[in-house]
This record gives sequence, C-alpha cells and structure tokens, in this order.
Amino acid sequence: MSPPPIIRVDHLVKRYRKADRDAVADVSFDVAPGEFFSLLGPNGAGKTTTISILTTTLAPTGGTVTIDGHDLGTDAAGVRSSVGITFQTPSLDKNLSAEENVRLHAILYGLYPWRPSYTLMPGAYKKRLADLADVVGLGGDIFKPVRTFSGGMRRKLEVVRSLIHHPRVLFLDEPTTGLDPASRRDLWTYLLEMRQTADTTLFLTTHYLAEAEDAGRICVLSRGKIIALGTPTDVTASLLERYVLLGAADPAALRAELSAKGIAYTDDAPGSANVRVAADEGDVQPLLKSIDTPLTSVRTVLPTLEDAYLALVERDELGAREEAAGLGEAGIVLGDALGEGALVDAESREVIQ
Amino acid sequence: MNLSHELNAMAAIAYRDLMKFLRDRSRIVGTLVFPAVFILILGGTFGAAAAEGRAFDMWTFVFLGVFAQSMWQSSAMGIISLLEDRENDFSQAIFVAPLSRYTILGGKILGESLVSLAQGVVIFAFGLLIGIRMDVSQALWLIPVSILVCLYGGAFGLLLMANMKSQRGAQQIFPFLLLPQFFLGGVISPVDKLAEEGDVISLSLDFLSRISPLRYAVDLLRGVFFGGVEPSQGAVLASPAFNLAVMAVVGGIFMAIGTAMFVRQERTR
Repeated sequence: MSPPPIIRVDHLVKRYRKADRDAVADVSFDVAPGEFFSLLGPNGAGKTTTISILTTTLAPTGGTVTIDGHDLGTDAAGVRSSVGITFQTPSLDKNLSAEENVRLHAILYGLYPWRPSYTLMPGAYKKRLADLADVVGLGGDIFKPVRTFSGGMRRKLEVVRSLIHHPRVLFLDEPTTGLDPASRRDLWTYLLEMRQTADTTLFLTTHYLAEAEDAGRICVLSRGKIIALGTPTDVTASLLERYVLLGAADPAALRAELSAKGIAYTDDAPGSANVRVAADEGDVQPLLKSIDTPLTSVRTVLPTLEDAYLALVERDELGAREEAAGLGEAGIVLGDALGEGALVDAESREVIQ
Repeated sequence: MNLSHELNAMAAIAYRDLMKFLRDRSRIVGTLVFPAVFILILGGTFGAAAAEGRAFDMWTFVFLGVFAQSMWQSSAMGIISLLEDRENDFSQAIFVAPLSRYTILGGKILGESLVSLAQGVVIFAFGLLIGIRMDVSQALWLIPVSILVCLYGGAFGLLLMANMKSQRGAQQIFPFLLLPQFFLGGVISPVDKLAEEGDVISLSLDFLSRISPLRYAVDLLRGVFFGGVEPSQGAVLASPAFNLAVMAVVGGIFMAIGTAMFVRQERTR
C-alpha cells in the first residue's frame, strides 16, 4: 500500500476580486512523500497563484488543500511549520549577515530562543550553523553581510535557510531564475543530494524545462486548468511520437516509394524536401532496409519535454481560441489566448501585492 | 500556539528592524534633516510669530513639538512599511513562518518604536546642541513619554495601513493626514487661541485641532516636560493625565480596529 500523500489538492479554485474568470479552476492532484513534483505552465497559467495558496500567502476561493496532514483552511500554522519555501524573488535581508539571516529564521520557526548576538546563542545552534556553512561552502564567510555574496551563494543560502527547520516539503518557486549555468547546476546538485539524504518532498515551479526532466512527475497548467499530469516520459510520449527524418537527393522519388509501399509520412515543414516517418526504437532499421531510394540524410528525432510542453500549451490556447469563436453566443468571451494570459498575469500580480 | 516561541519571534522581528536602522548611516543622518529644518526654519518663522508676547521659551516649545512629532510620524510610517515588506526581501519569509499574525504586528510595532526612539536620541542631541536647556529629571521624564508617543504613532499607522492596499497609496495619503496636524496639532505654533467666539472658520479650525491625534502626543510631552499646565505659562493645553487618557482610548481603538482588519485581510487575501 502506498503511503498517504503529503500534499493533497482537491478541487482548488481561486478567483481574484473583480476578475471574470478563475485564475485556478478546479485543480486536483496529490504529491507522495519524498516525491519530486514539478508544476509547469506559461505566464498567467495559475502557477504562482497555486504556489501562493499552497504556501499560505493567498486564500483559496474554493476547494481544500492538506499538507502533511494539516488542513490549509483550519491549520495554516501547521502547514507553515511543515513547509520550507524558496521564493521567486530573493528573500534574504541584505542588511544582515548570512548568520543573522539564518538565526532570525530559526527563531521565527521556534527552534531556539532569541538572543541579541551569535555568541549568546546555544551550542546546538552554533554546531548546526557550522554544518550548514560547510554544506554551502561558505566557511567563515557566514558572518559577512549577504550583500557581499554572489547570486549563486545567496540562492544556496536561501535553500539552506529554508531547510533549517527540517520541513517535510520544500517549495522552490523558480529557484534558478537569474543564475548562470554553473551556479544553476551547482544548486541542483545540492538540491538532489539533499532530497536523497533528508527525504524531503520537492515541489518545483520553473521555466527551464530541462530542470523538470528530473522530476518524478510534472503537472502542466494552462488557463487555470491541468492539461497534463504524469512522468516527464509519459507526458512527452503521449503527446509527440518519435520519428525518423529522411532526406534524399531525389525527394520526389522518395515520396513516391513511401506511398507505393504504404508507409505514412509527412513533410518535415511546409515546402521542405525532407519527410518524417513515425518510428519507435525498434522500427528504425526495418524502415531503412525497406527503402531503396538513395538517402542523403537520416536522423531519428526524440521529442524533448520542452517540445511536448510547447505543443501542449499551443494546443490548449488554440482550443481556447476555437472555443471563443464557437461559443460566442453562449456569452463566453475569452479573447486572444496569449493576450489574456498576459492580462491575467498582470492582474494576479497586482492582487497579490 | 506556544507563547514563548511567539514572544521570542516578536523580539527577533523588532530587533531586526532596529539593526536595519542602526546600520544604515544615511538613514540616521536623514533622521536629523527634517526635524532640524522644521525646528530652525519653520520654528524660527511661524513659531516665533505665534509665540509673540508669550512667557515661555519659543525654541523649547518648537523643539518639544518637533521631537514628539518626529517619533510619532516615524512609528506610523514604519508600520505602513509592512505593506511593502510582504513583497520585499526578507519580510515575506516572516509572513510564511508559523507565527500568529498578532505576533508579526506586535514585533513590527515594537521594532518601529525602537527605531523611532533611536531617532529621538539623535533629535534630542540636536536639541542640546542648539541650546535647549533642561535639568536631568526633565530629560529622564522624556524617556517614558517618548515610548508612549511611539506606540501611539504606531497605532495610527496600523489603522492607516489596514485601510490601504499598497505602500504607494499609503505614502500618497500620509502627507494629507500629517501636514494639517503639523499646524493643527500645535507642533510648531501654539493652538490655544484658535477659537474665536462666533467665527465659523476659527471654530472649525479649533474643532479640527481637537480631533488631530498628534495634538495629544505633543501636548503630553510638553506637559510632562514643563510639569503641568500652570508652570508652563501657556505652552501646555491640557493636563498630562487628560492627554494620557485620550491617547490610551484613541490609541487603543486605533490599534484594536487596525489589528482586527489586518488579521481579517490576511485570512481572506
């Protein structure tokens, strides 16, 4: 029997005041303990709204959320003590040293009593701090002002800080935005290590699809609804097929031969000489063997999560546009899907502020 | 809810506010600019004209007024910064910590009051520098009164904050609420002779003066400094006991309404 989910989202709805549609419309999903779960979606899809609700900074309009057994509506404090959050915008106090930032956090979470200076803090705190400083490779710099840290160091310090109270779930809201590739990789190495040792559940939102490829499951939101939920491989496979891209010196002959042999193909792009033939792993060699027309190029194409994601979102927005055109008489005016997305994004930001 | 955890968190939030101020040298210097301008320029013109033919020392009158007003205003503005804090730097982390919303407010009021008191020390030193004379007991009495003035300013800020959606909105409206009180509250010129029998304008000014929250804080500070209405020779409007009672009631109401509104908004935002 699988353990009960650590996050349970049930028919979650959020409509901002004065908005004419739901920013989050009836979203339900579960996250298992220790899982690496990633929430994806274009700007305005409801990602930030969802994560704000889950992290208790925004009240839902409807539905229930339970995190680590605490109901969000009745026990927000319970939820707060069970989760750690790395915010989208840097949340360190630049006026304080790294140590002071960590100390303040530890006191706010009730781990230690307040003392006006580091020297007066209990030994247990000092030990934990030293361990943490080692983990992020700060050493003695832990007593320096955060202002002097690089972007990558700050992000790491934030992650370390959000873990100091041993949260069951760590929310990472676009944690690598603004980091260079080396810092990004460094942070992820640390996060994945930490996940293994502490068995912390990771809940990630990101715009870097490559980061989500490592997730156990991904959930794609568009216009407030879930449009895909599953492992990255499943989501990719369910949407896009692998294909072989064939090029020949005589494209017409290749097309004629494929038609004659009953092999379905499509043009790679309108007007392109190359053709695509759907083929799973085992199909490639038999396919090539069956073709007599001399080929000049052969490439097997495995769609990435990013391809699948873009296709998903495009399909959903196209659907919305058709819906708007077809259901105009029903009084549903959704407008241009892209424009609307931008509008909702601006709106949600305004309301959150 | 664990009381010791909440109190420790309150102390930590307050201490952070104070540290932030003490490490910001430009802000400490800035603290002095406005009061100095008010005391020297406004006090030297308006105040001097208004104090014509009075027995008390005009410089002391203006200094005490600006001293009280600065701390009151600083506390109020500090509380309003909570609006901005929610989205900014570290403070959004405070809002997601497992703390009672009352603790966050309490820590913020305490912290901003400490900052205002620190500013008060700077203004006090400036006062000594420009030759304000006082004995030790007068100086010591300023301490408890300053604390009350800060808390009272915090209550005013809290009510304003709970009614505003954004920091920008609050900052735009604040001068409209503050500037009239500068004159009506008697910060730089006496307001005891505002009302003239039968003159509608002067009677309404007198009425507005009486509903200016700042008036009572300024008058309490002067009242305690001069040792009551009688010895002040016209510088003080009402007895410290009366001013204290008004501040307790008004401040208490502001704080209760502001806190209730803030906590309710937090729950439904």
